[in-house]
Amino acid sequence: MAHLEIRNLSKHFGAFVALEQVNLAVERGEFLVLLGPSGCGKTTLLRAIAGLERQDAGQIFHGGEEISARSPALRDYGIVFQSYALFPNLTVAGNVAYGLKSRKADRGVGREGVRRRVVEMLALVGLPGIEHKYPAQLSGGQQQRVALARALATSPDLLLLDEPLSALDAIERVRLRAEIRHLQTRLGVTTIMVTHDQEEALAMADRIVVMKSGRIQQVGGPQDIYRAPANDFVADFIGRGNLIEGPAVGERHVRFGKLMLRCAEPLSPGRAHRFYVRPEDICLYDTLDQRENSFYAYVQKHEFLGAYSLVTLRTHDLAEQPLVAQFSSNYLAGRPIAAGATVRVGIPPEHLRPLPEPA
Amino acid sequence: MTRRTLSLPWLGEGQTTSERLSTGLLIGAAFLLCVFLILPLGVLLMGSLFDDAGEFSLVRFIEFAATPGMGRAVWNTIWVALVVTVITVPLAFLYAYAIQRACLPLRGVWRIVGLSALLGPSLVGAISFIQWFGTQGVLKSWLGDSSVYGPIGIILSTVYASFPHALMILVVALATADARLFEAAEALSASRWRKFVTVTLPSARYGLISAALVVFSYSVSEFGIPKVIGGNFPVLAVEVYVQVVGMHNFGRGAVVALLLLLPVLVAFIVDWRIQRKQQASLTARAVPYVPRPDWRRDLPLLAYCVLVSVAMLGVLGMAAYTSLVKFWPYNLELSLTHYRYGLAEAGVLDAYLNSLKIAGLTTLVGTPFIFLVAYLLEKNRSGPAWLRPLVQGAAALPMGVPGLVLGIGYILFFNHPSNPLNGLYQTLAIMVIANVVHYYTSCHLTALTALKSIDREFESVSASLKVSQFVTLWRVTLPVCLPAVLEIARYLFINAMTTVSALVFLYSPETLPASVSILNLDEAGELGPAAAMATLIVITCALVSLAYSLLTHFLFRRQQAWRSPSR
Repeated sequence: MAHLEIRNLSKHFGAFVALEQVNLAVERGEFLVLLGPSGCGKTTLLRAIAGLERQDAGQIFHGGEEISARSPALRDYGIVFQSYALFPNLTVAGNVAYGLKSRKADRGVGREGVRRRVVEMLALVGLPGIEHKYPAQLSGGQQQRVALARALATSPDLLLLDEPLSALDAIERVRLRAEIRHLQTRLGVTTIMVTHDQEEALAMADRIVVMKSGRIQQVGGPQDIYRAPANDFVADFIGRGNLIEGPAVGERHVRFGKLMLRCAEPLSPGRAHRFYVRPEDICLYDTLDQRENSFYAYVQKHEFLGAYSLVTLRTHDLAEQPLVAQFSSNYLAGRPIAAGATVRVGIPPEHLRPLPEPA
Repeated sequence: MTRRTLSLPWLGEGQTTSERLSTGLLIGAAFLLCVFLILPLGVLLMGSLFDDAGEFSLVRFIEFAATPGMGRAVWNTIWVALVVTVITVPLAFLYAYAIQRACLPLRGVWRIVGLSALLGPSLVGAISFIQWFGTQGVLKSWLGDSSVYGPIGIILSTVYASFPHALMILVVALATADARLFEAAEALSASRWRKFVTVTLPSARYGLISAALVVFSYSVSEFGIPKVIGGNFPVLAVEVYVQVVGMHNFGRGAVVALLLLLPVLVAFIVDWRIQRKQQASLTARAVPYVPRPDWRRDLPLLAYCVLVSVAMLGVLGMAAYTSLVKFWPYNLELSLTHYRYGLAEAGVLDAYLNSLKIAGLTTLVGTPFIFLVAYLLEKNRSGPAWLRPLVQGAAALPMGVPGLVLGIGYILFFNHPSNPLNGLYQTLAIMVIANVVHYYTSCHLTALTALKSIDREFESVSASLKVSQFVTLWRVTLPVCLPAVLEIARYLFINAMTTVSALVFLYSPETLPASVSILNLDEAGELGPAAAMATLIVITCALVSLAYSLLTHFLFRRQQAWRSPSR
């Protein structure tokens, strides 16, 4: 049995379906991210694991024991909320030590032991020496680190993070997400994090659980989710993409309008297939390049975004639908791209990914 | 896998002791609220719907309608309340507007003076207006041929007494304004009047409706004022008193009480629904409006504030002056005669001590109880489904029940020989309980607002850290909510000190409270000692308010480090 196992979990709020038959297994030491748009049930799932929300049906097992009906205080986890939920009238030391005094195992260590643990935890989150400050005197990022120290001080078996970074500004968010991941790897604590930020999920997770309308859409490593989305929703939600549709000709070829492209994966001949092309997988060639899967396109719009450019392409061969390509500034290497120009582009066969039929 | 147990689902396995305790406490609170609020009101309702033989009938209502003069009492009550509302609300609105939306010097002073009527029993106004405009009044000529004893006196005194209640609501309603709306209006070059009508008034409309309902309810259910200054002018509230205390006709009293309850309850329900709407009226992105000095607006408003303040202090001052004057109006020498002979020697000073006891106990019992119930309601998610709505409803109900009605409900319920709580009747305890219940709703709302404003995940965090919720209540929630707790304590003390309405049915000669003794002294024609007692109450309440202000000030300074640094 996995370290944390969720079986057929369902939860409704009136007519609203928050969770519908969710099954999930989390391995020991794993960093799992629950990702989805707001209202997809990711926070409800986290709160159900924490015991803060009681499921209508289904079971939760932690370390081989069923915890489905236990109150939060009888489960073993630490939690960090988006709002930090630091106790405003207690110092940083008081906050971090809050859970230490009550545990039987810690009772023996006494005052000095508690103090040492607080120092140790604050050093761990990179904030040594702020024991006597109050939360109101700290920045958002510092408060979130203290909340993390408080959650980890009791050495919980499971760490739950509920959108821990979304209240921070962009720079602090990037810095803290690397720190959290580093800390998690170092301590080896099984961690479940909720976020709606796909970049955050891709950067931090061992595995990502993509959710929508209370159902799990796909579970997999960041690469799998990005490279091989299981359905339209996942493809659309994670990164940008072009959806193109056409009938297969033979086992390996597909026709889009006048254009015939080769696909790396086998197809069923005669049937219409849908394909998914990431913008950064579209290549830019020399005007006279004749390699396979290349074609001429006309630049409809060019958006310069610093590190990369987004280029909207139109081709007469590929029906009316525009293609969005993403070229990094590095890749363009000074080649000028302007609206109205005609360019030679291509989709390498391995990047023409067939999507499963919509359910 | 799933084990079936016999235990109730909300007291089942998988819960900690403190979770079970918190559900148990909430059930206990629900029980107490049932016994001391819902059952007495229920008995009152039954008392009016059943005849002497115990059969269901409307005979008491028919009798009531047939009683000569009752129709006039009903009509008098309503038109007086309407006139009071029409006078008080605009007066208070302009005053609140001057405090909140103009740049006046000494804003704090105007505010305190505006609220000063809260410090004494409602009878203070009545006594004072008798001294100003009565038969031997200083300004009797101002009224021409009309007498102050009657509707004029009632209206004057009720306007004075209900003014601070309207002012409190309107000050809050005008406290928050979105500066962006005013800037937009200015950019569209709207005139001063147009800005007032299109921006200020609409944003305060819920407050205005709320204030009007509160003043109307106050006037309908106020009984001390018409008793003292009403002369032979019949109103319903006095009718209840006459029926119950004078004639011991409890059935008739119940009918009249029910008639009083109806308009107040309706006003309260309307207000409750409006309050809910109001919450969404100011968005989090609004920019607070800060008035800029403008003498064309500020000067007239300052003059208005001075005028109203002089009038308010004139009323309070006349009561104090009366208490010091030897023999009105013939010997105006100042002395403490009324205090010494009228109160101390006459044994009425015990009433003052009783009141101190009642107010102290009401504060000590009511504050923790009300705060704990609000806390359990807000933080406890387990328990049977009916529990939370029941307690919420019971906590909201007292606002819609006049003290008179509650008092009669208590007589009918606790005075019944077969009631096991019969022993409570006419004790200090029952008066303390009546006060807590009577003033429950405002305190409950204060506690709830404070609890809602703190992070709702504190309990989740402490559960995850295996710390009992009661430890977190003690170490975190209570310290953070301390200003609200002190506010509740002050509110309970002052109201318990000044209230007349519920207690007038519940006291015995040994437990006579000070506010009621004023009524008795006035009835005996002892206006001097009555004024002395009123002055004692005002001074006590003023001291308590001062202590409260100092305490909160001191608290905020000490806790400045963690309370959001002075923004």
